[in-house]
Amino acid sequence: MDWQAIALSLRLAVATTAILLAIGLPLAYWVVYSRRRWKFLVEAVVALPLVLPPTVLGFYILLAIGPRSPVGALYSRLTGGLLPFSFNGLLLASVLYSLPFTVQPMVAAFGAVDRRLIEAAWCLGVSRAATFRRVIVPLARAGIATGAILSFAHTIGEFGVVLMVGGNIAGVTRTVSISIYDQVQALDYSAASRTSLLLLGFSFAVLAVVYALQRRIWAIWPAN
Amino acid sequence: MAAAADLEFALPQIIRQFQSANPRTEVSAVYGSSGNFYSQIRNGAPFDVFLSADAQYPDRLAEEGLAVRRSRFTYAVGRIAVWVPAGSPLDLDRLQIHALEAGSVKHVAIANPQHAPYGRAAKAALRSLGVYDRLAPKLVLGENIAQTLEFVQSGAAEAGIVALSLAMAPSVRGQGRYWEIPQDAYPPIRQEAAVLARARDSKASARFLDFLGQDAARRIFMQYGFSVQAGS
Repeated sequence: MDWQAIALSLRLAVATTAILLAIGLPLAYWVVYSRRRWKFLVEAVVALPLVLPPTVLGFYILLAIGPRSPVGALYSRLTGGLLPFSFNGLLLASVLYSLPFTVQPMVAAFGAVDRRLIEAAWCLGVSRAATFRRVIVPLARAGIATGAILSFAHTIGEFGVVLMVGGNIAGVTRTVSISIYDQVQALDYSAASRTSLLLLGFSFAVLAVVYALQRRIWAIWPAN
Repeated sequence: MAAAADLEFALPQIIRQFQSANPRTEVSAVYGSSGNFYSQIRNGAPFDVFLSADAQYPDRLAEEGLAVRRSRFTYAVGRIAVWVPAGSPLDLDRLQIHALEAGSVKHVAIANPQHAPYGRAAKAALRSLGVYDRLAPKLVLGENIAQTLEFVQSGAAEAGIVALSLAMAPSVRGQGRYWEIPQDAYPPIRQEAAVLARARDSKASARFLDFLGQDAARRIFMQYGFSVQAGS
């Protein structure tokens, strides 16, 4: 089994999930509570990776982070490195690719929080930030956890985007799904099926946890 | 028929010539990775003819009874070239393979040597030209030879080793420069064809393979950056 690829995928998924939580929480909050007319446009952009083929996304990302693009040029001026074929490039691609998986469950959960509780907090003089932290987040924690777990799992299973921007470098961009693909291509079906089985078990476990959370039959955090 | 991706430019011309000589036989080709076709054929994909990018897959299919053993033959030999975009400062004509050692070259794209015949050839060539150890940290692997070219075209890699047939393709020609790697630097990429055991019309399939070995087809292969074996 290609443990190096498994370790890399885990590292990528942890980093992606951390970044997505940091971006996703404020973004979901904005989507739910903003009164801007054009927020449907933002929602559409966030949902794009759900419908775009990973090849399209990967192709655009490759062009967007290449040394000839403004983003790629800025990055190489700041860090001296290049984004394509690097872990950071893959991280950026994964964040974009899994964005809807984080944001949409959070939006659903924030939207389900009783508006009266939020307004009561505001009336009692609690700031918006503190209301978010102490009222909304605790009430929406199942949705937040779902978003985080789904984006973690989605990143582990990511294939098309990684194939397009990764360049298949061992220990840097050869993730577990790419490793399985290589094994199949090299006709090493037994190695491929071992790794695939591991991934299948993992994915099932993750989804089981997500559905358990949604049904609240298994509270991860005890209710306050 | 299932055809290797590197035939995407040469084969349509050959098919056109074949059709004008055999108007009653209909030929259509699907292009893709030979390894994928191999698994698809093993799992019952309804192809009549398989034009592989190497010899390994048709041989295996013949062993497994899925391809007609006697029908196998080498229809073309693939060649490889170092390719850089038109605006690249690299002097391929003077430095040849050593142009890739320049500090400005951060990434060199090759096809995955683990399963792509052109990747295996590229790796073997880098070895025999004595630059593999210095270039190994720069290598990025494309899933197939077309993606390898795309890595370079997009600017993500500064140079790549691709199929000569791609570098010479009409749509790629104006976009870059290439230096062909001498053919004695790597084992020949023998591309084999075979009629599949479950072909619906094995006579027509055999006729098409026969056509591939004739001068008209061989001329087109050569024009598109392949070489052909003498009297195969």
